[in-house]
Amino acid sequence: PHAGPVESKNEAAMSELVPEPRQKPVVPMKPMGINASLLGYIGIDTIIEQMRKKTMKTGFDFNIMVVGQSGLGKSTLVNTLFKSQVSRKSSGWNREEKIPKTVEIKAIGHVIEEGGVKMKLTVIDTPGFGDQINNENCWEPIEKYINEQYEKFLKEEVNIARKKRIPDTRVHCCLYFISPTGHSLRPLDLEFMKHLSKVVNIIPVIAKADTMTLEEKTEFKQRVRKELEVNGIEFYPQKEFDEDLEDKTENDKIRQESMPFAVVGSDKEYQVNGKRVLGRKTPWGIIEVENLNHCEFALLRDFVIRTHLQDLKEVTHNIHYETYRAKRLNGNGGLPPMTVETEENHESNL
Amino acid sequence: QNVGCRTLSLSAHVGFDSLPDQLLRKSIKHGFCFNILCIGETGIGKSALMSSLFNTNFQDSPSTHFLSSVRLRAQTRELQESNVLLKLTVVKTVGFGDQVNKADTYQPIVDYIDAQFEAYLEEELKVIRSLFSYHDTRIHVCLYFISPTGRSLKTIDLLTMRSLDSKVNIIPVIGKADSISKAELQEFKKKIMSELVSNGIRIYQFPTDDETVSEINTITNGYLPFAVVGSMEKVKIGNQMVRARQYPWGIVKVENESHCDTIKLRRMLCTNMEDLKEKTRAYYESYRRCRLEKLGCRDIGPENKPVSLQEVIEAKRLEFCLEMERKEEEIKQRFFQRVNEKSAMLEEAELQASMPVLTKYERLLLMHQEEELKLEEKKKFLEAEIAELIEKKAFTVSIQSQVSVSTPVVSLK
Repeated sequence: PHAGPVESKNEAAMSELVPEPRQKPVVPMKPMGINASLLGYIGIDTIIEQMRKKTMKTGFDFNIMVVGQSGLGKSTLVNTLFKSQVSRKSSGWNREEKIPKTVEIKAIGHVIEEGGVKMKLTVIDTPGFGDQINNENCWEPIEKYINEQYEKFLKEEVNIARKKRIPDTRVHCCLYFISPTGHSLRPLDLEFMKHLSKVVNIIPVIAKADTMTLEEKTEFKQRVRKELEVNGIEFYPQKEFDEDLEDKTENDKIRQESMPFAVVGSDKEYQVNGKRVLGRKTPWGIIEVENLNHCEFALLRDFVIRTHLQDLKEVTHNIHYETYRAKRLNGNGGLPPMTVETEENHESNL
Repeated sequence: QNVGCRTLSLSAHVGFDSLPDQLLRKSIKHGFCFNILCIGETGIGKSALMSSLFNTNFQDSPSTHFLSSVRLRAQTRELQESNVLLKLTVVKTVGFGDQVNKADTYQPIVDYIDAQFEAYLEEELKVIRSLFSYHDTRIHVCLYFISPTGRSLKTIDLLTMRSLDSKVNIIPVIGKADSISKAELQEFKKKIMSELVSNGIRIYQFPTDDETVSEINTITNGYLPFAVVGSMEKVKIGNQMVRARQYPWGIVKVENESHCDTIKLRRMLCTNMEDLKEKTRAYYESYRRCRLEKLGCRDIGPENKPVSLQEVIEAKRLEFCLEMERKEEEIKQRFFQRVNEKSAMLEEAELQASMPVLTKYERLLLMHQEEELKLEEKKKFLEAEIAELIEKKAFTVSIQSQVSVSTPVVSLK
């Protein structure tokens, strides 16, 4: 028995622009083991429904971080991804305001629900990244934040009397915004990704992709992929974590052809061919965000949300967190003793 | 958890409602596991029931009644239904209730359950661990087989269940229930349940908090303990082979709900697997808490500041390292001491052994020297004598020659 996602009315409208991701077939029946000789129905497969009910009841957590220089459209993209104002756009720095000396970390949480599935989504913004004159080590506050979340989880896990469900504030996914220069990656991009790809899942995206033609886009992507490979940067989905052949073939295609996704974000709607679509209006036409001919936003959305969301969480929990834990329990492994940020430092909604 | 978080409404379909599907797909790929413990006297029908419940052969070689202590035997089977792969482990007691003195009958069982918790705890506390691929052997449900005496529970039943009810989900069943008549059965069930209650033994209650299952679960809770019949053999009824027990007076069909509760038990086990596993996790947590507290760890330190287990482990590790170092030093010292003693001994012995040889040699040497001296002396003495004699000879020769010159020859005429 295979249940598909619940289709809402909007889905029908969207599906004409965006092909639905091919429904992954449930694992085909393996040949019967020697010991199994099920003549009658036992009822073991009801465990699937039990698990589904349980997960729907407890809900999910998802924490996504956006990193990139200001003005690359990070907040807009996240809002477009989650179809709501989950991230507040910064209005830039005016003359009176001082540019923050270091990178700030701002985490904002919202609860969103769809099809009976409740999700606590936390968007972690990093204003100030790459905006100073001297950007040396500007990834350090970010790395510190990520490690602090691992530390928080570890402390809870190591308690004698543990909570039934430990709150998960670990960063599951980090979208890194690349400037669409058309040439190559900047040294800052490489530095950041080199340091952080070992502690968190990094998904590089090319921001404001509407400034490149199709040929420029393809060339730029190829060059970026090459540079990442040459520098030994493993972005998500990492090759070494492919679980089986099925995963490998699917992920190979994404790694070698689609990524990094060249995206455009927008929260404004326009009329195109009698339909209301999200887009950017320019004198030379309307760029439709969810049109695959215009940009790869839909691919990014499907990748992050519709097919790999759970996997992002699992890689974070089973690999990145375990690596941190092992280092920590092996006598600090070079990490300074942690002072964990308390809840008050996180911005909550007004 | 959601305190301080505002709920936002979505303006369009995002697509994260596929999240449960994504999770389930991964779980299915990974497979499921379930562990059942069957406690019951030899011959009460544990293997037969397991085989009937899961349509798989769980038969053992027949065991003797003369084992000196209770042992546990585990069997694992991989079952598959549509796309669900289940690794089912059935652990059975061997020799339960056979001993003349039943005082320690339940201890091996308690130890076994604790050992599974301990194994999981060990894995969890490792620095480099692989919890994701760890084969969970913790017992998820314990089926306790009650003898179909028709009277009441035995003391051993009460003792065993009481020792286990804080560690595992217990579902009491009446084994070989086809030996009790329907009328007696109702009375028997009522008696058992009241005895369990009056002895404060907690058995597993099927969850009634979810509306979809609360009704059926409440009804099923009323059927406890399940009167079960199992069979390894199949009997041809109509044109089907069904599991049944054939008597001269009729056939007891295992899967007929009016004959016995086996099907109810199967349905309840399968539809509440997740809940049983959830409650097992809670039992594990309390085991873990006790265990760690026994090791001397606390969540709150002496100044009422939260002490992390990690710090305690760190402190204990340092303590342990220091202890090891101290012991190492001690052993080293002792070793050197012994070496010194031994070498002194050896030197002593060597001295002793070599002394007569040396003296002998020295003596001989001395003797030789003395002899040499004597001989030297004699040599000198003799040489002196020779010299003297040569002198004398010379003198004598000279006198003789003088005498021959001075004496004329006088002839006697």
